[in-house]
Amino acid sequence: MTLLQVEDLATHFFTRDGVAKAVDGVSFSLDRGEILGLVGESGSGKSVTGFSLLGLVDPPGRIVSGKIVFDGEDLVKGGEPMMRTLRGKRIAMIFQDPMMTLNPVLRIDTQMVETVLAHERISRKSALERCREALARVGIASPDERLKSYPHQFSGGMRQRVAIAIALLHEPDLIIADEPTTALDVTIQAQILSEVQKLCADTGLAMIWITHDLAVVSGLADQLAVMYAGKIIETGETGRVIEAPLHPYTKGLIASVPQGQKHGALLAQIPGTTPSLLNLPEGCSFRPRCPRADAACQEEPPLGALLPGRAARCFHPHLDERREALAS
Amino acid sequence: MIVYLVRRLGQSLVAIAAMAVLVFVGVYAIGNPVDILINPESTQAQIAATMQRLGLDRPLWEQFGIFVWNALHGDLGISFVYGRPAMQIILERLPATMELALVALVLSVSIGIPLGVLAGLKPNSIGGRSIMAGSILGFSLPNFWQGMLLILIFAVLLGWLPAGGRGETVEVLGIRVSFLTLDGLKHLILPAMNLALFKMSLVIRLARANTREVCLQDYVKYARAKGLSSRRIVLVHILKNILIPVVTIIGLELGSMVAFAIVTETVFAWPGMGKLLIDSINLLDRPVIVAYLMLTVLIIVTINLVVDVIYSLLDPRVRLSEVDA
Repeated sequence: MTLLQVEDLATHFFTRDGVAKAVDGVSFSLDRGEILGLVGESGSGKSVTGFSLLGLVDPPGRIVSGKIVFDGEDLVKGGEPMMRTLRGKRIAMIFQDPMMTLNPVLRIDTQMVETVLAHERISRKSALERCREALARVGIASPDERLKSYPHQFSGGMRQRVAIAIALLHEPDLIIADEPTTALDVTIQAQILSEVQKLCADTGLAMIWITHDLAVVSGLADQLAVMYAGKIIETGETGRVIEAPLHPYTKGLIASVPQGQKHGALLAQIPGTTPSLLNLPEGCSFRPRCPRADAACQEEPPLGALLPGRAARCFHPHLDERREALAS
Repeated sequence: MIVYLVRRLGQSLVAIAAMAVLVFVGVYAIGNPVDILINPESTQAQIAATMQRLGLDRPLWEQFGIFVWNALHGDLGISFVYGRPAMQIILERLPATMELALVALVLSVSIGIPLGVLAGLKPNSIGGRSIMAGSILGFSLPNFWQGMLLILIFAVLLGWLPAGGRGETVEVLGIRVSFLTLDGLKHLILPAMNLALFKMSLVIRLARANTREVCLQDYVKYARAKGLSSRRIVLVHILKNILIPVVTIIGLELGSMVAFAIVTETVFAWPGMGKLLIDSINLLDRPVIVAYLMLTVLIIVTINLVVDVIYSLLDPRVRLSEVDA
């Protein structure tokens, strides 16, 4: 059952130096209970995609075209009034830096209760009760005491748990998590990940997990969408994408994850840097960095279905190795 | 908190002592008050007698020692002009100045913060730009000129408000105040506005700069992501964060408002301390000048102390770290 269908979404930033196409024709869909990993380097447009879904893009940026169909209704058409009723209620968001997302001068109970009361007319007391339950659910001990604390009295991991608890207050259908574990220690990261996985399995909530860290999503996401320069360049089931990437960029990304190399051995890297969004190369935007690029890449490749359930935006995908592997 | 308070008190005392030395030496350097006070036809013997009576014939350090000793006993000297204790004369004038300063403060905060927040939320709108342009005027036009212009427009041309004086007063708890009578209120509006304009501009600029900064913080975006109304985001999430620097500045400025209401009081003939100071300087009434300056120092130091305490109430991070200290 499709919960979210994004079609041809484009979010552009109208800056003094020109139009930055941060998100340029992104399409994907998400079923209930599914976790989608949205992967890319900094500046690939993955966070802006997440913010666009909630209508939280700040000027000079705005959604210029496309559809965001959530549970049968187009949010782009519904605009701000519709988005506001959904935000925090049916679509919740978890931000990257837990040190920055909780208001430093407001107590945790204030920040949690206001979220409940923003969408439901219930008494403060029952709202507080719900907050207590939510905190207990994400593994925070002695919630009563914690509710009376200020954010700076929490560690980073605890704050992110509080943020997750806030996201869960209204039992949303979808949580957009924008690099929620990037700022945390590896051990805390693992705890949070396993808890999120459990929550998704228990409650059937869908999730978009935005990250640059392939290692994190590979164990978590059902589907993977790789973004580069504002476009999705490869999609597919997580395990199969990691195992046999089609797009040269995805392949490079996976190769640059360090794993048990010998001391002193050079780490693999993709040559060059992400192009400026204001000055994208003609045709395939990965062309200048791509080892397989040729004259054909001067044209923009379409996002073609190359294998069942797999698509990539490339004229020279890594299909040959697969054939060789199959033939032998 | 207690350790912190004691430390702050110690700093305040040092500031007061340093100021006492500066003030006394400074006033001593102005000139001999007897030359102005005494009848020009007096004989040399009479002048010498007067100087001896006022203690002006002794060396500077001795005069200073006597002054400090008396000050510690609550005696800041007797006015050469009025023949009464200087402190008593000043304290009689204090309520008028305090009233003026407090009303001006309320005006500058209650108008300045909303305007500043508005300008910060919509920095590129016509409203936001006009507010900023207005604040530049309030900032840069000289205070006395603003005052005279206010008189010209509202008292002379329109005839709506009186040009000077304090008007009818009523006594509350032994203090005479103007703002409780209609006539007094009318007299209060123009000078209070004049005194407030500069601070208001300051508050506007400060509130705007802070609002713009706070708006960019993740927690504001996060508040939106939680589905809060923009009303709640502005009134709770943004306002509470910008209040911290604004309160600090307002506190510091209240001191200077009380101390330097001189220009406004002179322009509007407001019978407060500032006007007294100008009169006393003209007559070289040394005890009154010294007492006034010492009182001013005391007020500013006290206000700073209070601001620090309020600050710690507003920002939980300050409060807690001080508990550990």
